[in-house]
Amino acid sequence: MGRGLVIMVPYVWLLLFFLIPFAIVLKISFSEAAIAIPPYTALIEWAEETYLTIRLNFGSYLFLLTDSLYAVAYLNSLKIAFVSTVLCLLLGYPMAYGIAKAPQAWRGPLLMLIILPFWTSFLIRVYAWIGILKQEGLLNNFLLWLGVIDAPLQILYTDTSIYIGIVYSYLPFMILPLYATLEKLDDTLLEAAADLGAKPFTAFLSVTLPLSVPGIVAGSLLVFIPAVGEFVIPSLLGGPNTLMIGAVLWNEFFANRDWPVASAVAIALLLFLVVPIMLFQYYQGRQQEVARQ
Amino acid sequence: MRRSSFVLTMMAFGYAFLYVPIILLIIYSFNESRLVTVWGGWSTKWYAGLLHNDQMLAAAWLSLRIAALSATFSVVLGTLAGMAMARFGRFRGRTLFGGMITAPLVMPEVITGLSLLLLFVSLEQFIGWPEGRGMTTITIAHITFTMAFVAVIVQSRLVSLDESIEEAAMDLGARPAKIFFVITLPIISPAIVSGWLLAFTLSLDDLVIASFVSGPASTTLPMVIFSSVRLGVTPEINALATIIVALVTTGIIVAGVFMARQERIRKQDEQMAAASNA
Repeated sequence: MGRGLVIMVPYVWLLLFFLIPFAIVLKISFSEAAIAIPPYTALIEWAEETYLTIRLNFGSYLFLLTDSLYAVAYLNSLKIAFVSTVLCLLLGYPMAYGIAKAPQAWRGPLLMLIILPFWTSFLIRVYAWIGILKQEGLLNNFLLWLGVIDAPLQILYTDTSIYIGIVYSYLPFMILPLYATLEKLDDTLLEAAADLGAKPFTAFLSVTLPLSVPGIVAGSLLVFIPAVGEFVIPSLLGGPNTLMIGAVLWNEFFANRDWPVASAVAIALLLFLVVPIMLFQYYQGRQQEVARQ
Repeated sequence: MRRSSFVLTMMAFGYAFLYVPIILLIIYSFNESRLVTVWGGWSTKWYAGLLHNDQMLAAAWLSLRIAALSATFSVVLGTLAGMAMARFGRFRGRTLFGGMITAPLVMPEVITGLSLLLLFVSLEQFIGWPEGRGMTTITIAHITFTMAFVAVIVQSRLVSLDESIEEAAMDLGARPAKIFFVITLPIISPAIVSGWLLAFTLSLDDLVIASFVSGPASTTLPMVIFSSVRLGVTPEINALATIIVALVTTGIIVAGVFMARQERIRKQDEQMAAASNA
C-alpha cells in the first residue's frame, strides 16, 4: 500500500499539471479566436440539445503555414539553437576534460565554480552583458584600447550577442554531463593505447572521444532543446530582425491575445522537439542503467 | 604536451567568460555615476535606493515566499518520484512516469507556461478553482517544473547507494516506512538539501512561467527586473545582483563546509563500524 502511494502522489500531480495541460493546448489550437472570456470558441457543443458536434478548426495551423513569419522564426530558432549548441560543445568539452583530469582535490572547487553562477539570477547575468557588448561598452573600449579595431563594433542587438548570451547561460548544462562521463573514463584504456604506440591526440580521438558520446549527446540536448524556445535572451540581447519562435509565441499570446494561434505555435514547436526530447530521455535512461551497474 | 596547454587555455577563457560579467556587475554597483560605462567614484547610493524601492521589495518578498513554498512541496513530490524511479523496478505506467519526470528538465519555458495557464483557465471555467491567478497558480507551476530536478538528484543519489543497509534493517523486521525515515532519508539528506536549494533558486529566477500564470496583482522579482531592464539601465539592479551574489556565495560556502563535515562524520562512523566488525 505504501509503495502504491509513493508512486501515486507524484504520478497524479504530473498527470494533472504536466500531461493534461498539453491536451488542453492541443484542444485550444483547434478552436477559433473569439472576443470572449476565455478568448476562444468551444470545441464541443450540444447542437439543439441532441447532437454532439465537434468543430475542429484548422485555421490556426493554416495561418502558421501561410504567413512566412512563422516559418522564418522556426528556422531561425533552430539555427540559433544549433550554432549555440556547437559553440557550447567546443568550449565546454575542453573545460569538462580539464576538470576531469585535474587533481582530485581540485575537481570539487572547479565544478563548484561552474555551478556557482547558475545560483545567481539568470536575468541579471544576461543583463550584465548589455553593459559589456553595447557600442560604448566595455568590450568595444577594450578592443579599441588594444588597437584591434578602429571603430566600435555593433555587437549588441545582433545574432552574435544572442549566441554569447545562450552559450554563457547554458554552458554549465553542457559541462556537467560531459564531466560526469569523462570522470568515469578508465585511464587504463589510455595507457593501453599509449603502450600500443598511439600518440596522445590519436588516443584521444580513438578512445576518449567515442566513450564520451553519451555525455556529448546529453549535454547537447540539454542546451539545444530549451534554446529553441528561448525567450529572455533574444528579447534582451537580440535585435529587431532576429525572430525566435519563443518570442513569437509570447507576442501572439500577450500582445495579440490570440490564444488559438499561440497554442498552434506551441504544438508546432513541440513537434519539432519530439525527436530531440525522446533522444534525451533515451540517453537519460541509459545513463541511469549505467549508474545502476 | 600541446594538448594540455590548449585545455588550460580553454579553461582559463571559460572561467573568465563565466565570471567577468558578474565581477563587473559587482564593481559597477558601487559606481556613483548612473552610466555603466562611466566611472564616477565609489558610492553606495544604489543600495540605499534599493531599500526605498517599494515595488521591488514587495516583489522580492512575494518571490521568496513562492520559492520557499514551492521548493518544500517539490522536495516532497520529487523525493517520492525519485524513490519510485530508483527502487520500484518495473511498475505499470513506468515509461510514461519516467517521461513526465525528465521532460520538464528540457521543455522550453514558453510551452510549459502557456500550457499551465490554459489548464488554470479551463479549471476555473469548469470547477471555479483557482479563482483568478496569483501566488497559488505560480506556486503550483513552480512545483511542477522544479520537482523534476529534485527527482533526478534524489534518484541518482539512491541509485549509487548501498542497498545492503536497508536490506539488513528489513531482515531485522523494520517496516518500510521506518526504514525510509530512519535509514534512507538521513543518507540521502544531502541530495534533498541540494534539491531544495536548486528548486528554491529555479523558482526565484523564473520569469517566463511566472509571467504566464500570474494575475495582474502578483508581480514577482524577475518580472520587475525584466521590465526595468527593458525600460533602461538602472544601477539599482547592479546593487540587487551584488546582494544576491553575496548571499548565494555565503550560503554555498556554509552548506559546503557543513556537508563536508557531515560526510567526514559519516565516513568515521562507517570506519568504526567496519573496525568493530573485524
